Amino acid sequence: MSNGTSVKGGGTFCFGLLLLAFPLLLWLFLLVVLPHIDLFLVSMRERISYGKYEFSLINYIEFFSEPLYWNTYVRTAVMSIFATFLTLVIGFPVSYYIAKFMRGKGKNVLFLMCLIPFWVSELVRTFGWMILLRESGVVSNFLQWSGIADGPVEMLYNDATIMVGLVYTSMLFMIVPLVSVLDSLDDSLIEAGYDLGGNGFTVTRDIVIPHAMPGIASGCIVVFMLTLGNYLTPNLLGGKDSLWFTEQIYTQFITRFNWESGSAFGFLLLVLSSLIVWVGLKLSKQTLSETVG
Amino acid sequence: MADQFDLECRNVVKKFDDFTAVDDISLAIPKGSFFSILGPSGCGKTTLLRMLAGFQAPTSGDILIKGASVLGVPPNRRPVNMVFQHLALFPMMNVAENVAYGLKRRGVNKATIAQKVNETLARVGLPDSGPKQISQLSGGQKQRIAIARCLVLDPAVLLLDEPLGALDLKLREHMKVELKQLQHEIGTTFVYITHDQSEALVMSDQVAVMNAGRFEQVGAPQDLYYNPQTAFVAGFVGESNRWHGVVGGGNEHQVEINLAAGGKVVAKRDANAALKDGQAVDVFVRPEAIAIDGEGAVDNTLSAKVENVLFNGAASSLQVRETTTGHEMTVALPQTGAFASVKAGDNINLSWSFEQTRCFAASDSGATA
Repeated sequence: MSNGTSVKGGGTFCFGLLLLAFPLLLWLFLLVVLPHIDLFLVSMRERISYGKYEFSLINYIEFFSEPLYWNTYVRTAVMSIFATFLTLVIGFPVSYYIAKFMRGKGKNVLFLMCLIPFWVSELVRTFGWMILLRESGVVSNFLQWSGIADGPVEMLYNDATIMVGLVYTSMLFMIVPLVSVLDSLDDSLIEAGYDLGGNGFTVTRDIVIPHAMPGIASGCIVVFMLTLGNYLTPNLLGGKDSLWFTEQIYTQFITRFNWESGSAFGFLLLVLSSLIVWVGLKLSKQTLSETVG
Repeated sequence: MADQFDLECRNVVKKFDDFTAVDDISLAIPKGSFFSILGPSGCGKTTLLRMLAGFQAPTSGDILIKGASVLGVPPNRRPVNMVFQHLALFPMMNVAENVAYGLKRRGVNKATIAQKVNETLARVGLPDSGPKQISQLSGGQKQRIAIARCLVLDPAVLLLDEPLGALDLKLREHMKVELKQLQHEIGTTFVYITHDQSEALVMSDQVAVMNAGRFEQVGAPQDLYYNPQTAFVAGFVGESNRWHGVVGGGNEHQVEINLAAGGKVVAKRDANAALKDGQAVDVFVRPEAIAIDGEGAVDNTLSAKVENVLFNGAASSLQVRETTTGHEMTVALPQTGAFASVKAGDNINLSWSFEQTRCFAASDSGATA
């Protein structure tokens, strides 16, 4: 008898939990799971004629057999990893400075200065870069005026410019987790490192970085995903030659109106980002829950 | 001459803008001794220790370790190591890696490191804890690992920044004895800073009492307790009953003092301190120097009413209020059975000798310890 009541009690509890979790589950299902299932299904069919579809792997086969798609895919991955790395290398000293050298008001001011560019949309920020870097732009004019360059200098539409734009766009997402994780590092640990004979390099390598690892991992994951999925920056700063995979997906959906192929590409991008994040976590010996929590 | 001392400070001054944290301190610590710096928080003792470790540079003055000046030598090149207040063990490393850290930085080869780490862990009584994580250790064990991590480097001087502060009382009592024993065994010079007088008195060979950036008195613990040189030391080290009064005569051995609250006590005249009639003074008497309903010395007597019996085993005491002046006093209550019947509300007679009464010219600074 008592067994029965306890089961009933458990049932009520489960129902309550389900009710509370319902908005979350609905959100997850409608906005994440359902579109992806559909994306997957669309990617696995071939259009035979008007309104007639057949199951086929042709979209994936096409991806692997066409070097342009394949190259764009790898290039996007490599550039994104590099952009993430650059963001980390630039963001780490900045975060360290904010977290460890600044006190009180100065800290807030610096932090705010990292945030200020994000008050305007990414599009506006990117056009800002274009004003600076285009052939008739500020930098080009300055170079001509100062006599360093003879004619107009075009600084847009190359990989370096894409990289600058990507790093600039992502910096905040690296600095926020790094500052918070470095803030939590007890100063006396750093002092103890020096006291026991360490120098700047070994203290950073043995004490600061191991402590900051969860922050580094979470910053890198966010920056990598933002970069890999970025459309605006590579497209505007890199022009036609930017060869970013998201542009390829856009072309399939919008220009070619080939939803099947676009879906397959979208799905491949998801696989790529999951794979690289997984490998990154394995290499840095972090777990996803540790990184997020 | 100089190499008899492991550590010397000569007129060290540290100023932060207008604030003088350490004011003209000179000290010399003989090899192998346990030296404590005792003072209330904010007296500058941590600043002094950080200057010894090299984290801060003195504004003026010189610091010598084993006879050589270390001014301008960064902390990682100084032959001193520090046990931090919260120990600062590296949580990203296990116990053995923590202890090995300093040796690795010196480029010692792996076999020697492993051997030295094992030896040191055995020396602090934790021989098998090498593979443990820091979070698996108890408070006392962490303490010992923090000390082992420094000792493995054979420092000329080990600096300890209130390392017992975070421990609970029982463990703290235990670690006091253990630290003293450890220091005795290994013979390294320890410089220990604390605000807890019992830690300083129990462990040290020499104690410097620090107040407002200056050393008030340096001496053996017994010396500080029985022969305090300043009002601050008399008030800060050990328990004391204290009165304010005015000198009103006396002879070459003793001083008569008219208390502000009324009444009169006789105190020992300190040859060094010239007290004139009419000068304001602070008078100190230890609770255990006062006899209850006793015969013995009767230089000072008064009657009082018991307000509270504070039973604390061997450290029991009475809170009494003097009948005539209403001055509150603390009197030690010996647990010999003779005073077992004393209870609140009783009237008792108190007496003590002038030799156990100290008086110092009243000063405003540090008068509230």
